Amino acid sequence: MGGDSEVGGALLEMQAICKSFPGVKALDGVDLRLWPGEVHALVGENGAGKSTLIKILAGVYRMDSGRIEIDGRQVDISSPRQAAQLGISVVHQEFTLVPQMTVAENIMLSNMPSVRGLGSLVDKTAMASESGRILDGLGVDIAASAPVCSLSVAEQQIVEVAKALSRKTRILVMDEPTAALSNVEVERLFDVIQTLVSKGIAVVYISHKLEEVFQISHRITILRDGRVVASSPTSSLTSNEVIKQMVGRELTSMYDKRTAEIGSPAMEVRGLLVDPAGQPISFRVHEGEILGIAGLMGAGQIRLARALFGIERIYGGEILLRGVSSAVSSPDKAVRRGIGMVTENRKEEGLVQLLSVSRNITLTVLDSLSHLGVMSPRAEDDIVTSKIEELDIKTPSPNQRVRNLSGGNQQKVVLAKWLAVDPDVMIMCEPTRGIDVGAKAEIYRLIGDMAQSGKAVLLISSEIPEVVGMSDRVLVMHSGRVVGELAGDECTQEAVMRLATGGSAVGA
Amino acid sequence: MERKPVIDILRRFGMAFILMAMIVALSFMNPRFFSISNFLTIMRQVAINGALAAGMTMVILTGGIDLSVGGNVALAGCLAAGALRSTGNPWLAIAVALGVGLMIGMVNGFFVSYAKLPPFIVTLATLALARGFTLVYTEGRPILVDSPVFDAIGGGFVARIPAPVLIMAVVYMVVGFVLSRTKFGRLVYAVGGNEQACRLSGVNVERNKTLVYVWCGLLAGLSSVILSARLLSAQPTAGTGYELDAIAAVILGGTSLSGGEGGVGGTLVGAFIIGVLANGLNLLNVSPFYQDVAKGAVILAAVLMDKAFHSTADSR
Repeated sequence: MGGDSEVGGALLEMQAICKSFPGVKALDGVDLRLWPGEVHALVGENGAGKSTLIKILAGVYRMDSGRIEIDGRQVDISSPRQAAQLGISVVHQEFTLVPQMTVAENIMLSNMPSVRGLGSLVDKTAMASESGRILDGLGVDIAASAPVCSLSVAEQQIVEVAKALSRKTRILVMDEPTAALSNVEVERLFDVIQTLVSKGIAVVYISHKLEEVFQISHRITILRDGRVVASSPTSSLTSNEVIKQMVGRELTSMYDKRTAEIGSPAMEVRGLLVDPAGQPISFRVHEGEILGIAGLMGAGQIRLARALFGIERIYGGEILLRGVSSAVSSPDKAVRRGIGMVTENRKEEGLVQLLSVSRNITLTVLDSLSHLGVMSPRAEDDIVTSKIEELDIKTPSPNQRVRNLSGGNQQKVVLAKWLAVDPDVMIMCEPTRGIDVGAKAEIYRLIGDMAQSGKAVLLISSEIPEVVGMSDRVLVMHSGRVVGELAGDECTQEAVMRLATGGSAVGA
Repeated sequence: MERKPVIDILRRFGMAFILMAMIVALSFMNPRFFSISNFLTIMRQVAINGALAAGMTMVILTGGIDLSVGGNVALAGCLAAGALRSTGNPWLAIAVALGVGLMIGMVNGFFVSYAKLPPFIVTLATLALARGFTLVYTEGRPILVDSPVFDAIGGGFVARIPAPVLIMAVVYMVVGFVLSRTKFGRLVYAVGGNEQACRLSGVNVERNKTLVYVWCGLLAGLSSVILSARLLSAQPTAGTGYELDAIAAVILGGTSLSGGEGGVGGTLVGAFIIGVLANGLNLLNVSPFYQDVAKGAVILAAVLMDKAFHSTADSR
């Protein structure tokens, strides 16, 4: 379809885009060219640079160097507002709709038509007809007068698209648009996308679901470690080739995988239902073993972890700790039964940012550091000093507020807090998210140490190299189900990626 | 990470400087202000709000609020006076006052922690309930308090220090110790700083949140004893607006309304700022109608200044 439009000029040309964050080079000379009327898929592992690139395009981040042209003219996108004026719209994974307002009000939120001569009075008739026109143009049947909260997720998604179209949109970026949609709804969204491209709009489509990417896109650009490793027409690629390109990252010595002695089962999960309509999950993790649970973002691995720690409800099945069936109905019970958990978001759930390093480390062990409720300062000092030393936490003093530490050191405080309790089973969700390479290596070393000291570690991550590099065994999840278990030589990044993107274990 | 020491000092002791400046200014404006006897009067006046504000500090440190303390003072005071009238036993009366305060605190704590209702709404409701029950019980009439024990609490001295002041001092020492040295105190700050992080560290957040309301209620009960002892009667409308004075003292004391930061030392300074202001304006013969205006203005100005210190200190 869109292929032959390449005869005209490119709509968007991004050249040699670079962007660094402290400790990470997120984008290293990325080129992206968009033609009018094409669906351009952007794929890559988590951390490959997709979202950074999109944020630069949307005016959220400023690039360090590079050049952006629209219609052959260089542009400077310094704010989201400016991006919108240039005709760039982004439909984010999280919706930005106001649930209590009507569909029409949401669509027209940023440019409400006003009654002529009365600037601040909204012209409801014009608003209804304009939003109705946009929805009709998308070929969907959604009532403009309905409140957004009464719509299904898929319909809300389409309202987001309509909202983007209420401005003059020429480039529409969709970030994982099908994450929350059923198959039928995906088809409906694809119809909408076809309508858009037939009008000459260029769609940047970001997704982990390769099947969909192959169905909808005209061209695929693959990012890896902040570089474009391939950019070709979809028809010339196969899904195996794409997977190979996505995971070509080197497994560095950073992972420092040591073999620990694997002992008796520390935790066993039998037929666990974390979703009433989902598939039961069963597995076993032993003392000294690192069991990786891989899956792309939103594949259900975080929900599983939260269920094991008593945060999310369990709808069936049982959890056995050291062979004994145990009810883990709340985090405090989980901790008392010897489970610890590093949550995936440090800031919101891992640490009390306002409090000091010392107060955060002792948060899990106040009982053992107090006598009749009164704290023992000496015992507290001892444990804090020893953990700071053991984990090499770089802080000017134990009384420094954790929010003043770097991400890597904050994460070490989280680990220190759990090492202080010394749990039998350690659940780690995305333990290296948002920290620089040096700190990552140290975290990996600490994870290795935990296994060697006989703890069972569940390493849950959407960073496939990390799971493959660290784990003794890997379970792969896709759409809430465990779709495979890999160990030894068959546990390669490619095999994991194939399963995680919905393929089968054996490469076709 | 380096900070200018001056700003650091201003930040930590800003309110204490403001209090001292007020004392110096008032001493120049009225010679009667600067005397031992007047200071003892101020302290006696501050005692009730001070005790309430100590409890309020704990609640606010967890990110909550307790609007019910004024109603609590009235109900606890009247039921205690009723118990004294019918039994003649002052110790029983004191136990009733503390018990009523504790119960109201438990009710607040239960609804906030376990029913997960917003503290503002829960305590607004228990404020109305307590006021209503007080009027029902007293039929709107004050109850006389006639007991040597209450006389001693309200008007007695220990080593030339008025008994209410002594009680307040003990309250601050106990609450200060609890907040800084006990496990419960640690959790008060931690829960206020990040409730979810505490929950996921295995902390029983609900029990700790309930306990702060219990402490606050208990201290309201204690305040009602001091108030009845000072007035030698229990008034059904006693404690009107006390919740606001207590909250004002906490805020002036630098405790963050969003929780996690602050302490009871600042609150004591805050309570004294309010007390010194009222006393000073009285001595200057300012109409009581203007005193609330002055109080409001001082709160705004003080908090603005505090915010200025904080933002200077934070911009590194």
